[in-house]
Amino acid sequence: MLYPITGDTKRHTHRFLTTDLAAVGTVRGTSTGQNAAETQSTTGHVYRDAPQRRPTRTANVVEKVAFMMEDEAFTDINGKTISLDCQSHSSLCREFTVSVPKVSIGKVLVYTCCVWLLAYAVFCFTENTAVLSSAIIVTLVGMMLHIHFVKVDHESLIVIRSLGIQMSSSYASGRETTTFIEMSKIKDIVINEAIYMHQIIYYLCVLLKDPSEPEAVSSVVPLFQSSKPRLNCLVKVYKSCQEILSKC
Amino acid sequence: MVLKVFFPQCCNRADSGLLVGRWISGHDSAVVLAVIHYPFIPGQVKQYVQKMQAQSGVELSVLGSWSLPKDGQEGMESFLRDLSTIFPQERWLQINRELGKTGFTCQVVHRDQNGKVVQREAKKKVEGGDEEEEEEEEEKVIFVHYEQKKVMFSQLHPVENGVPHPTTDPPSELRQMFRTVASSAPLFFLDRYDNGPLKSTHWQTEGREASIIVELLKQASVPLCLLIGWLLSVWSWICNLRVFSLFPLRFLSSKLSTCVQLSYRSEHMRTLSSRTPAAGHAHFMRKANMVVSFLVDVSLGMLLVWWLYRDEHISMLANALLPAAEHVAKELEELLQWLMGAPAGLKMNRALDQVLGRFFLYHIHLWISYVHLMSPFVEGILWYGGLSACFGLTFALSLLSDMVALLTFHIYCFYVYGARLYCLKIYGLSSLWRLFRGKKWNVLRQRVDSCSYDLDQLFIGTLLFTILLFLLPTTALYYLVFTLLRLVVVLFQGVLHLSVDFINSFPLFALGLRLTRHHRLAEGVKFRVLCEEPGTALHLLMEINPLKCSTVVQTYRTPTYSCYPRDSWAALVKKLFVGELVYPWRHKTTKTD
Repeated sequence: MLYPITGDTKRHTHRFLTTDLAAVGTVRGTSTGQNAAETQSTTGHVYRDAPQRRPTRTANVVEKVAFMMEDEAFTDINGKTISLDCQSHSSLCREFTVSVPKVSIGKVLVYTCCVWLLAYAVFCFTENTAVLSSAIIVTLVGMMLHIHFVKVDHESLIVIRSLGIQMSSSYASGRETTTFIEMSKIKDIVINEAIYMHQIIYYLCVLLKDPSEPEAVSSVVPLFQSSKPRLNCLVKVYKSCQEILSKC
Repeated sequence: MVLKVFFPQCCNRADSGLLVGRWISGHDSAVVLAVIHYPFIPGQVKQYVQKMQAQSGVELSVLGSWSLPKDGQEGMESFLRDLSTIFPQERWLQINRELGKTGFTCQVVHRDQNGKVVQREAKKKVEGGDEEEEEEEEEKVIFVHYEQKKVMFSQLHPVENGVPHPTTDPPSELRQMFRTVASSAPLFFLDRYDNGPLKSTHWQTEGREASIIVELLKQASVPLCLLIGWLLSVWSWICNLRVFSLFPLRFLSSKLSTCVQLSYRSEHMRTLSSRTPAAGHAHFMRKANMVVSFLVDVSLGMLLVWWLYRDEHISMLANALLPAAEHVAKELEELLQWLMGAPAGLKMNRALDQVLGRFFLYHIHLWISYVHLMSPFVEGILWYGGLSACFGLTFALSLLSDMVALLTFHIYCFYVYGARLYCLKIYGLSSLWRLFRGKKWNVLRQRVDSCSYDLDQLFIGTLLFTILLFLLPTTALYYLVFTLLRLVVVLFQGVLHLSVDFINSFPLFALGLRLTRHHRLAEGVKFRVLCEEPGTALHLLMEINPLKCSTVVQTYRTPTYSCYPRDSWAALVKKLFVGELVYPWRHKTTKTD
């Protein structure tokens, strides 16, 4: 589903991003971004460079206000609002939670009405009551499966210095799936870019290494797969993680 | 430098004492296994630790001191500090906890090479008490709380078989920690009701836990193993009789699925009846899965037997068999009559049609007389065959599959005749087609070469080509009909074999363990941050992340003589088109065959 632009040269992308964070958003390399605080991305949305403090041609006041607010309006790649919560338990441990909007009751009503109208239409033709009861059962089972297996409520990332990284997704029914990766297997955390259908998106990922071969990247584990936050959110998480990882 | 201390939850409220555990080399962490309480004699403690080290094989040592002052116990600070001189260590942990507070504080005392204790707090006082540095030093200890009982019994997956190479493949910290706890079983034998010189706290302080059922099973398994071993020796003596190693019987026994299933089960019994206990987790799980699958098999078979032998079901089945066979024969005859006429409006070559049709009709006549001959014995056969379900449902299913194969032997014969005829025709046609175009198949070079033929060769070749071409539709139609019939039978047999395979290989014990005691099969761990107070170290709770059910089934599947498709769909279709004989299901041979 996700095809990274840079084949196995993920380190290259990583280096590009860390050395020149002000140039984030201009991956085409057209301008170094020294003079632009706002850069257009391919999808037409505007990114703000958080660390950029110089007064720019437009949106001075807006930028300052946005910087002062703790909870910026983050969105995911489709434009839906998400929220990021950073919690620092101690200097050794930080937790980031990205929450996705909940299941909307309007959508549920629309789907249920459609299914039941269709079932009633079929019933009018066939005069078989089994159609109606099966429609009810299908709707209920479908809803239960959706909230248990598909609908993610929030995803969280915990970074613990010298122990490892833990990623967990929590579903709407309360189920939680957790993965923990030990520090010896982690090479680095980077922001990588990928071609996703007609878009180019950024995603945060963990580079794993085999302890016997410290130089080679053995696999890549993407983070925040279901919530897919945008670059501004990712940069915040990335900087925070690097502060902890660099001390290890 | 962050120090990680794995602290058992059972010791959270233990009385003050000494911490016994192990330093994990290379990872800057310590696993606390038990707390030995005051009063004690240091010499006895050292002796005890050495004895435990010898028994368990784990490098145990006294890690430090633990202090939870109860009411009236003051002034232990200097006593605790002096303890570090009695037990010479590189690093000495002093963990303090106060009742009412949830956080621990830890001070690490280092000992430099001269044996002089370097006390950091004294150093700090000299430097003027730098607040930040003190906090930073305190914070650089992480306490990971773990539940000792669960970690003791859990197995991290993927299971590492054998001894991992220490230099090329260093074991991870978590694996070392799990192995430490699992191997320290002798340390947990002392409970508080013992009247020994030492009192310790660990997960079995209130008394050793065990399950009566497990102990009874262990006691009962010894005579059971002996019995099974004896039965198996009798059985293998019978199997190795010279009579049975004659060629036809050996060939037959490798083809009949009942015999294959019998040898498979006896192989299992041989594994189970061995005297040595299971070495390693994987071996134990395999044995347990075998036992459970055998028991389930036998119980399902008993259920079938109970259903079959009541209310005259067997005679009902026997009485229904003959009319069913006659019905099949009648349908086949009608099919052949239809083919001999003008099937689907196609015009057949009358002579060839009649020859093939009469040939197959005669076969059906032979078969139906054979069924009539067998009909008085059918009930007896069914009655005794049903008894085989006592050995297990798999035997009943394999017997059914064999019986179906025997009863539809005529369809198999028809298929072989039709396929051979069609195959010959296709090869003849392709070869004569090459002749028609002036080419030849070069066997030496395995390719098509041009060739000049004589006139009479060309003439006869063209004649034969025309004959074969015009006879093709007839043969093709017969071939198609009988191939379809054969495929139906093969499909039914395949379903039976797949269900036998499923009962044989499904790891019910592993799945049951995953559902009831999910901490025993661990995919990894998960951490949760416990509420902390500012200024104390970071406290994490380590829980076991159980294995996913699909991974359990994949890892613990018992290997079988599995029955799976031999060719891919494309290869199968190609073989059918060319007329090669098709045997879609392949049996993996076991080691005994």
